[in-house]
Amino acid sequence: MSAQTDPADLPGVTKEQAPAGASPGPGVPGPRRGQGGKDAVRADGKSSEGTVLNVFSHGVLVIWGLLVTMPLLWAVVSSFKDDSEIFGSPWGLPSVLHFDNWSRAWDKANMGQYFLNSLIVVGGSLIGTMLLGAMAAYVLARFDFPGNRFLYFLFVGGMGFPVILALVPLFFVMKNMALLDTYHGLILVYIAYSLPFTVFFLSGFFKTLPTSVAEAALIDGASHTRTFFQVMLPMAKPGLISVGIFNFLGQWNQYLLPTVLNVGDPDKKMLTQGLVALAVSQGYKGDWSGLFAGLTIAMLPVLAAYIIFQRQVVAGLTAGALK
Amino acid sequence: MKHGKYRFIAGFLVLPLAIYAIFVISPFVQAIYYSFTDWTGLSPDMKMVGFDNYARLFTDDVFWSAVGNSVTLLLLLPVVTLSLGLFFAFMLNVGGRRRKKAVIGGVRGSGAYKILYFFPQVLSVPIVALLFQFAYNPESGALNAFFKAIGLDNVQPDWLGDPQIALWCVMAAMVWANVGFYVVLFSAGMSSIPKDFYEAALLDGANRLNTFFRITLPLLWDTVQTGWIYMGILALDVSAFAFVQIMSVGPGGPDYSTEVLPLYVYQKTFRDGQAGYATAIGVSLLIVTLVFSAVVMRLGRRERLEF
Repeated sequence: MSAQTDPADLPGVTKEQAPAGASPGPGVPGPRRGQGGKDAVRADGKSSEGTVLNVFSHGVLVIWGLLVTMPLLWAVVSSFKDDSEIFGSPWGLPSVLHFDNWSRAWDKANMGQYFLNSLIVVGGSLIGTMLLGAMAAYVLARFDFPGNRFLYFLFVGGMGFPVILALVPLFFVMKNMALLDTYHGLILVYIAYSLPFTVFFLSGFFKTLPTSVAEAALIDGASHTRTFFQVMLPMAKPGLISVGIFNFLGQWNQYLLPTVLNVGDPDKKMLTQGLVALAVSQGYKGDWSGLFAGLTIAMLPVLAAYIIFQRQVVAGLTAGALK
Repeated sequence: MKHGKYRFIAGFLVLPLAIYAIFVISPFVQAIYYSFTDWTGLSPDMKMVGFDNYARLFTDDVFWSAVGNSVTLLLLLPVVTLSLGLFFAFMLNVGGRRRKKAVIGGVRGSGAYKILYFFPQVLSVPIVALLFQFAYNPESGALNAFFKAIGLDNVQPDWLGDPQIALWCVMAAMVWANVGFYVVLFSAGMSSIPKDFYEAALLDGANRLNTFFRITLPLLWDTVQTGWIYMGILALDVSAFAFVQIMSVGPGGPDYSTEVLPLYVYQKTFRDGQAGYATAIGVSLLIVTLVFSAVVMRLGRRERLEF
């Protein structure tokens, strides 16, 4: 993308000009005193790199910002329209706010129930994933025993498997254990498929924690179990938060697993499944406004949660991916 | 002490390992076994058929169209998504430099952009897929309405219904949903690059383009590579399945133009009752995934040696 800007700024890097901009020593505020931030940018624009590139890149940034927000706003606005408005003027504002769309989606289309189902399953599996993942990661990261490496790679290898390949046999494993269409069955499966990343990430994290603290606790007579729960887990809190956020987003948005394993009882659908079912059925019925309301119901809480916790989410996700 | 240690290790590993073995490992092993049988998936009886399922793949046109679409996604999706992510992250962290005090910094409003760009990432795939499905709707969709509004009445593509462009429409939604994550990821990577490097480059008179290609990208290479693999797996597996399944018109799009491997596995199993054959397709998907990861790792290693 940035390649498109070169004709304008190539002359701008000539040796005479560049030191002129940089010679006061970058980071030394002195020569810039009295200029607002705006002026400083303008002054920089003189080196010809600025203007064209700034206009171009700001333009692209704004366009992408619009591309990201427009569909969301459009869905929210559409959820207040009635069907004829949705078809007649897709970009217009609603003439009257139809709140009944929302109540219809929540009650009749079961979105409320689906929401609750997702909360139960994700709540259970998140706790399970964190606890079991931390236990396995701790042991694999900090203890030497035969088979340690093998088990580690067995867990971590799961990150590269295509989930779809396992689905058919998994369906029958669940069926034989009478776990299909149950909350606890889904919880177990969510945990199992979250373990590879959780173990991978947390074992890296436990390795970086200082050994001296754990040793001190052991010398003071704490058992291994107690050391883990009272010393190591609290120390690993930043890592746990990162993985927790990652797993929460992944499990809350899980679609493939429930689509296959959770199809018996229509009332037990997860939110993502329910939404797609709603789209199919409302599409036949022609209740487009109810559909947009359902979509908005599914969308807004997560967006709101993200805006409130965005600092932690971003810090958590990036810490996870960058080790 | 020693005895206590092993009891502790066993105690901590047994539960996670059991769950993992039952729900992940054992299905995978079974899948490979089933791919050599004629199992329907409905009844318990099956018989071994050797490599028949694999031989059948060679003459299955839908399979090859799925392979073609999956490989297209695999090659293009990471390039487009990561390039956009890199460009935005660079602009938001390094691009707007030479402000007072800070040596480097993002363009103005970069904090707000970062929050905004991440929005699609917190939405689940079905939400994004449905949003785009509405937008693409040829009669009432936002896109065609927009074209009409700016006077392009005769430009009213059928979007998802047109076999020529259906796959691109799905891909656009996937790019839209994933760029935000890479903006944030690369931003974090860029903020850990020492400021002195940029300072030195500035003194030498490097422009933004040079700074990007000589400093940012090489130092970020590991992160880019991780992102590449992650994005590739996404293009082959869960995400591709969900997007295509929800957005497709009919089974696998018009003329199977959006059929992808994971969706084909799903259809063969749960729609056509050919679980044995489906797992053979799944195994071929696994092979594509492994080859892809190996290639990326190899290419990545070579690149890094240059610096």
